[in-house]
Amino acid sequence: MNTLVQFAVDALSLGGLYALTALGIGLIFSVMRLANFAHAELVTCAAYALFALSAHPLVMAVAGSVLVAVALAVLTERLAFRTLRAADPTTMMIASFTVSMLIQKILIFALGSRPKSLDPVPVLSQAVWIGPAQVSLLKLVTIAVCAVLLLALTLFLRRTSFGLQMRAAAENFTMARLTGVRANAVIVVAFALSGVLAAVVALLFAAQTGFVQPRLGVPLMITAFVATVIGGMGSLTGAAIGGVLVGVVTTLLQVFLPPDLRPFREAFLFALVILALLVKPNGLFPARGLKERI
Amino acid sequence: MTGATLHGMLLRCAPLFALVALIVAITLLAGMADAVTVRRVILSLVNVVAVIGLYIFMGNSGVLNFSSVGFMAIGAYVAALLTMPANAKGMFLPDLPGWLMAAELPALAGPFLGGAVCAAVALVVGLPIMRLSGIAAAIATFSLMFICYIVLGNWTSLTGGQISLMGLKSYVGLWTACGFAVGAIAIAFAYQETRWALALRASREDPVAAAACGLRVAALRLGAFVLGAFVCGVGGALYGHFQGTLRVESFYLDPTFLLVTMLVVGGMRSLTGAVVGCLVISLLTELLRLVEVGVPVPGTGITLGTAAGFGDVVLAALMLLILIFRPNGITGGREVLGKLAGSGGQK
Repeated sequence: MNTLVQFAVDALSLGGLYALTALGIGLIFSVMRLANFAHAELVTCAAYALFALSAHPLVMAVAGSVLVAVALAVLTERLAFRTLRAADPTTMMIASFTVSMLIQKILIFALGSRPKSLDPVPVLSQAVWIGPAQVSLLKLVTIAVCAVLLLALTLFLRRTSFGLQMRAAAENFTMARLTGVRANAVIVVAFALSGVLAAVVALLFAAQTGFVQPRLGVPLMITAFVATVIGGMGSLTGAAIGGVLVGVVTTLLQVFLPPDLRPFREAFLFALVILALLVKPNGLFPARGLKERI
Repeated sequence: MTGATLHGMLLRCAPLFALVALIVAITLLAGMADAVTVRRVILSLVNVVAVIGLYIFMGNSGVLNFSSVGFMAIGAYVAALLTMPANAKGMFLPDLPGWLMAAELPALAGPFLGGAVCAAVALVVGLPIMRLSGIAAAIATFSLMFICYIVLGNWTSLTGGQISLMGLKSYVGLWTACGFAVGAIAIAFAYQETRWALALRASREDPVAAAACGLRVAALRLGAFVLGAFVCGVGGALYGHFQGTLRVESFYLDPTFLLVTMLVVGGMRSLTGAVVGCLVISLLTELLRLVEVGVPVPGTGITLGTAAGFGDVVLAALMLLILIFRPNGITGGREVLGKLAGSGGQK
């Protein structure tokens, strides 16, 4: 019983982080078909902002990190991705690599590559008891924050005019523009939202790892990227479910693999990814707008 | 008649001759430079081999491929294990099976056997994966690279795991590297002149129409994937024997992105693009390194230099600028002297 509770908390908190990161990537992909690898640096820079503001109250630090991530997201859109909107997806993807590399190198140049320790919310590091099971408060809060954000994002997309425009743009960008949706506005809002998501992920992830370094966001981004593809590139439901699924499978592998094979955990995960893609090349929830017409 | 055919053949091979001449000219120039520059040039030539391996599949099929560094790793480890002196192996890898421990093949067998193992692996894993396109193919090949990294990094009895493997025979000099680069260019050029490559490029332009014409797209892709993996494996073996030591970390994210970026910056749809992209980025890296070390201004005794790490920032910015201003790469996907050859101007 208590191992089951622990397992559920582990799996959902990890899956929640992946889901939020995957949503940040999926939002951008759905409106402009860009697989944005620079999302990792939004997380990293937000975490550095938390570090820089760690002397101030938590509210200010979080506000600062959200501001940094949103500004950076909008800036990369304006300076790099807007000019490449007409280019083919490969070029856009490689351009996002170079943006990611550029920001990383700037961070290394300006701040050094040595990890800096931070503990944004020290109160979360204690453990709590759910019945007989001892779980970390941080993981519970992670799950709660992820659930709230998913709900808020769903409400935004379903209930607001901007949400409607974004869903329209995701389904058929050209058609949406013809009906009066402003392309630049929708794309900028998508980038800003992905910045907000990245800042939240940065807070939760930095609280977990306890340090920040220039490549902090990279492994998270890669797993989340895989999750969006498994879920169905361009589908936001797919991104969220894919993220949770990858978290659950990772935790399952950790629990059930024999100790000899545990170092190979990621290899098993990625082998499962290849299998999933072979069975469902367009993901579990294929986006409607992506279907190829002949 | 035969004269005209020969003339036509020579014209058709004009891009090949131009690229080979470029590589040989660079090698000749480097022969006159200091030892550090020579090492940089050798490394760029090894990278040329790897980028061409990537190009053979990605350029002709138009499908993203992030697995080339994984094949380089396989090629490097196979070559190292088969050619290292038995006593060095006994020191680093005491748990090797007996036949592998005893194997001490001539150095030059390494790259070819490494490449052959890569080709065999590519054949097996490519059979299912080649059915994927677009972003699914990108993630599947990325996963493949990741699996190679994890398996090689944790299979301690075979590869030494996270520790470095030292004592590889270092035979990769300037002319060896030049020879292999020329060989890779010749293989890629010969392949792209075949009808299979032409059919594969047709599927790149319009997969549905190509399939409707009766082309078996997955099989065509598999052919290019296997050939590309062979060339990447050779490149990896050369890299290992050039460095003299092997670490799994050398075959992970950074080189993966660097090689793909080299290809896309050069122009992924032409062999010229692959070679030019690799050489341009290598040259930029070298120039920025010089600036970082400091350039003495003649006659003043002042050295102009920048802080460490600044070169990397500028390099990333330059690659981004090239992509923004030339989204199809420096060459725009055209072959050098392609007009002469008549067929090279792929749009």
